[in-house]
Amino acid sequence: MLEIKNLHAGIDGNEILKGINLTIKKGEIHAIMGPNGSGKSTLAKVLAGHPSYEVTKGEVLFEGKNLLELAPDERAREGIFMAFQYPIEVPGVSNAQFLRLAYNEKRKHLGEEELDPLEFKDLLKERAKVVEMDASFMSRSVNEGFSGGEKKRNEILQMAVLEPKLAVLDETDSGLDIDALRIVAGGVNQLHNPENAVILVTHYQRLLDYIVPQFVHVLANGRIAKEGGKELALELEEKGYDWLKTAADTGTLGVQAS
Amino acid sequence: MSTVEILSKQEYKYGFVTDIESDVIPRGLTEDTIRLIAAKKNEPDWMLEFRLKAYRHWLTMTEPTHWPNISYPKIDYQDVIYYSAPKQKAVKASLDEVDPELLKTFEKLGIPLTEQKQLAGVAVDAIFDSVSVATTYKEKLKKHGVIFCSFTEAIKDYPDLIKKYLGSVVPTNDNFFAALNSAVFSDGSFCFIPKGVRCPMELSTYFRINNSESGQFERTLIVAEEGAYVSYLEGCTAPKFDKNQLHAAVVELVALDDAQIKYSTVQNWYAGDENGVGGIYNFVTKRGKCAGKNSKISWTQVETGSAITWKYPSCILQGDNSIGEFYSVALTNHAQQADTGTKMIHLGKNTRSTIISKGIAAGKSNNSYRGLVKVMPKAENARNYTQCDSMLIGSNCGANTFPYIEVMNNSSNVEHEASTSKISEEQLFYLQQRGISQEDAVSLIINGFCKDVFLQLPMEFAVEATRLLGMKLEGSVG
Amino acid sequence: MVTEITTRNNSYREAYQVLQERTAPSGASWLQRLRANAFERFEELGFPSVRDEEWKYTNVAAIAKADFQKGVYAESSSRGSGAKELASFGSPETEASQLIFVNGKLRSDLSSVSGLPAEVVALDLSQAIQDERYSEIVRTNLARHADYIANGFTALNTAFISDGAFVYIPKGVVVETPIQLLFISDGAGVNAASFPRVLLVAAENSSATLIESYVSTHDSAYFTNAVVEVALKSGARLEHYKVQRESQAAFHVATTQADLGPNSTYDSTTITFGARLSRHDFSVTMDHEGVECWVDGLYLVTDDQHTDTHSVIDHRQPHCTSHQLYKGILDGKSRAVFNGKVFVRHDAQKTDAMQTNKNLLLSNEARVDTKPQLEILADDVKCAHGAAVGQIDEDELFYLATRGIHPDLARNLLTYGFAEEVIGKIKVDSIRAQLDAAVLNRLNARLEA
Repeated sequence: MLEIKNLHAGIDGNEILKGINLTIKKGEIHAIMGPNGSGKSTLAKVLAGHPSYEVTKGEVLFEGKNLLELAPDERAREGIFMAFQYPIEVPGVSNAQFLRLAYNEKRKHLGEEELDPLEFKDLLKERAKVVEMDASFMSRSVNEGFSGGEKKRNEILQMAVLEPKLAVLDETDSGLDIDALRIVAGGVNQLHNPENAVILVTHYQRLLDYIVPQFVHVLANGRIAKEGGKELALELEEKGYDWLKTAADTGTLGVQAS
Repeated sequence: MSTVEILSKQEYKYGFVTDIESDVIPRGLTEDTIRLIAAKKNEPDWMLEFRLKAYRHWLTMTEPTHWPNISYPKIDYQDVIYYSAPKQKAVKASLDEVDPELLKTFEKLGIPLTEQKQLAGVAVDAIFDSVSVATTYKEKLKKHGVIFCSFTEAIKDYPDLIKKYLGSVVPTNDNFFAALNSAVFSDGSFCFIPKGVRCPMELSTYFRINNSESGQFERTLIVAEEGAYVSYLEGCTAPKFDKNQLHAAVVELVALDDAQIKYSTVQNWYAGDENGVGGIYNFVTKRGKCAGKNSKISWTQVETGSAITWKYPSCILQGDNSIGEFYSVALTNHAQQADTGTKMIHLGKNTRSTIISKGIAAGKSNNSYRGLVKVMPKAENARNYTQCDSMLIGSNCGANTFPYIEVMNNSSNVEHEASTSKISEEQLFYLQQRGISQEDAVSLIINGFCKDVFLQLPMEFAVEATRLLGMKLEGSVG
Repeated sequence: MVTEITTRNNSYREAYQVLQERTAPSGASWLQRLRANAFERFEELGFPSVRDEEWKYTNVAAIAKADFQKGVYAESSSRGSGAKELASFGSPETEASQLIFVNGKLRSDLSSVSGLPAEVVALDLSQAIQDERYSEIVRTNLARHADYIANGFTALNTAFISDGAFVYIPKGVVVETPIQLLFISDGAGVNAASFPRVLLVAAENSSATLIESYVSTHDSAYFTNAVVEVALKSGARLEHYKVQRESQAAFHVATTQADLGPNSTYDSTTITFGARLSRHDFSVTMDHEGVECWVDGLYLVTDDQHTDTHSVIDHRQPHCTSHQLYKGILDGKSRAVFNGKVFVRHDAQKTDAMQTNKNLLLSNEARVDTKPQLEILADDVKCAHGAAVGQIDEDELFYLATRGIHPDLARNLLTYGFAEEVIGKIKVDSIRAQLDAAVLNRLNARLEA
């Protein structure tokens, strides 16, 4: 589904990703972990096409298409979804309006008929159950005045509505209490199926108790420093990241050649 | 593509010219011009006197050029044509006898006038250059006692009402442009809603400037008697010309006890091109008087057109418990300049006013809010709330806020808030990440910014306004 | 501005000529020229009229008509005997760090700066001009900050530059002791006029507190026309308090111009209690990056007092932050004008500007005209302003009533609380206590009435 080959990218001339290789197949859940500044959020943003980041080398194929050529909205319509670490507020635009517009853009892209407001309302009601959100959220402006937990739930609701092929969750667990984390993770698990894939970008192992990945990749200094199964996350929890950092800097791990 | 470029791409769809033979008087303005206009319109002497008095006063006045935040080359008032009317049969037995070329023009503008196609629920007075060419649903409205006709007809058929109310809110010597209008106005709309009547449909005037050399000077007068209600809409467009045309209108509203007038404008005059060539100079005096107790006047405006906008729809809150409202969206792009806002003059007890203004500046434009809230000594318990928000798109434009607050009563409460924001790159990226194109994302954000004002517009106008700002939300606004 | 009134009033010209002649033999030639240019400009401009948009709500005809020149060089009547009384206006914190001026002239017998670090300079302006250690710095700053071309009052003050204060904080010096400049009018000459002039220069990374006070021993009519120039160099910090407690019959017109250097911090608080008519033109210019400033004030007026504040906060460079909070309490037939302009120039990206003006009307005959203005030419900025005119909140009154507090007391308490938001900022204890007492005194007087 997704193939990242020797990806180099940065911001304002500073290289942050220094040769990432990663392959993701449908039905898989991958966790990308790593210390602050290792480049995990950059990877998420580069996949979604954030305009501030510049790709200097390498390629990214999504279902065989060159993803890097596409504008952010085109990527989204192709089926890539990013749950933001800090969801953005859009004053004056209701959640329902926003979601219907996004949903219909995707339908149009797939050559399907657009839903009218009533039809969409039914769909929205159905999907909202995934994240246990009530109807009052739909008439409120997008993320405006939402608590941290509500914003994250709203991200997963959008994922439920847009049904992406590949969901990239950027630090979705940050700032969540245990109940909100349970709801958000429950939502992701319900939405995951053999036809789609999920990338979890996280600093902590905590989220992985709720959403269990098959693969764990650890980033350090812009490269994948270590890869393994879900047990790697537990190891990191115990040992922290420091040993990896030094190893990556001196190149002694040698997992990844660029 | 930058948001500025997206906005710049929008085409002006109403820039066509109607090819029609017109009755045009020579350019220039003297007492003879005024006598000529009055003669062409067969006006009674009292009307000519009104005009001449205004003209003589106008001669003593100077154009207000120092305080508004706008600049333009000096206008040569002797180089303007003050009357231009399409040639057609003098008496029209029915709407179907109106020149097909004119009907076609208005249809193209989305205002079908013939009986088969008339807009349901909206009566329209269509004004082409200096004259009203048709008014729909006149008879139906008459059954309810509602008078809705061109100003020319009103002078002929309802002289007592005109004498009583014309100039009662905006005196002929009120300001330079109002005086000019009072001297030369050629047509406009008159609405009268008698006591206790709730007008059964929306009333609307559509203004079209066609002649490249003429100015448009129209006059609107709306009177709502005790307990009456009316919602009135105004739309305007003009062809694209390289020259500037002058538009100096006067609108007067009178609301007696318990009456309500809701006045909505979508102003889309030609704004000139991206270098500021051409476009309408829009100098308009709009004022409503809440003369009676518990009366209410509400102005809603969406200003997207005109090279220059100078306009302050105001409320004189004379009756106790009367209410004034002003909701405004002003979008300026390219070289447009807007100095617009309102005046709320609190005279009566327990009077209340609300001002919500949203200014959006793009390109090299300059967008100013100017508003006066004045609470007089006898306006006990007066209340005002003002909110002015500006959005700047690009770094070559300007957004200014000039509120004047004058309070002479200690039981009153006046509150003013203003803020400035921009469309952030993060906001755009977020929307794009959900599959919404950049163009639509810009529109969506602007629409959200303006929501509080759009909510005040009647349904048909809300759609128009949304579309005007480049929306794709199809009626789901609000 | 309109010239009609002054051209027929030559009294200022006489006083100006006397000053020029008296100082000619010993004075610096550049100062003679400066005064001459300024006087010429004053004669062109005259006093402003209400037809001028900037003076729309404040009529200074009374100043223009009154013959204020006689008092210009009136000697203090209370030399010797009144010294103790005069000194009592000082603050304990500034006993050894204050300059006291009586009717515009420095009284060195009452002044002392012994409590200041040796390298800090605080002395009479005319002495500083003569002193070759400071003459250069004075010459390059004096009248370079406060523009006398546009404002007739500033021009008039500039034409009479002689006595005043020069304060210089050298590079890196942190002055803990506040410095007070105390301007006292003692009612010696009827219709006395004084032209206080202050120049403060704070060099790189220095830090100081300046208190500028105006008081009076008599309830007589006189005219103060002050100009204060503040120049902060890179990284400098200044806390600036202006306390205006002139007599209720006085006219007080003042210009303050602060030019703020890179990464400097300027925190000003202006308290206006006195004068029959007062006008303050306060301009803060941020022509460097990284500046933060506070421009706060409180005006408390009653009877037929008229007070007018015109402020300009000018953001010319990126990454500057300004905060403005002006509050007003009006009683009697008093009138207050607040006109606050915030400019954000084309290059001033990432500006953060917040402006608030709140007014409390205690009497039905009081009047407020407020005009907060934003003019923004940069798009990536955070700007907001607010203005409010109202009375004490009924809910707050009710809340206090349910706690058993009598409504009259509750009203005073809440009014006091309203003022406290500004007064509470003042870090010099005795000044804050004095102002607290003054507010309470005003409120009690009202209670009895």
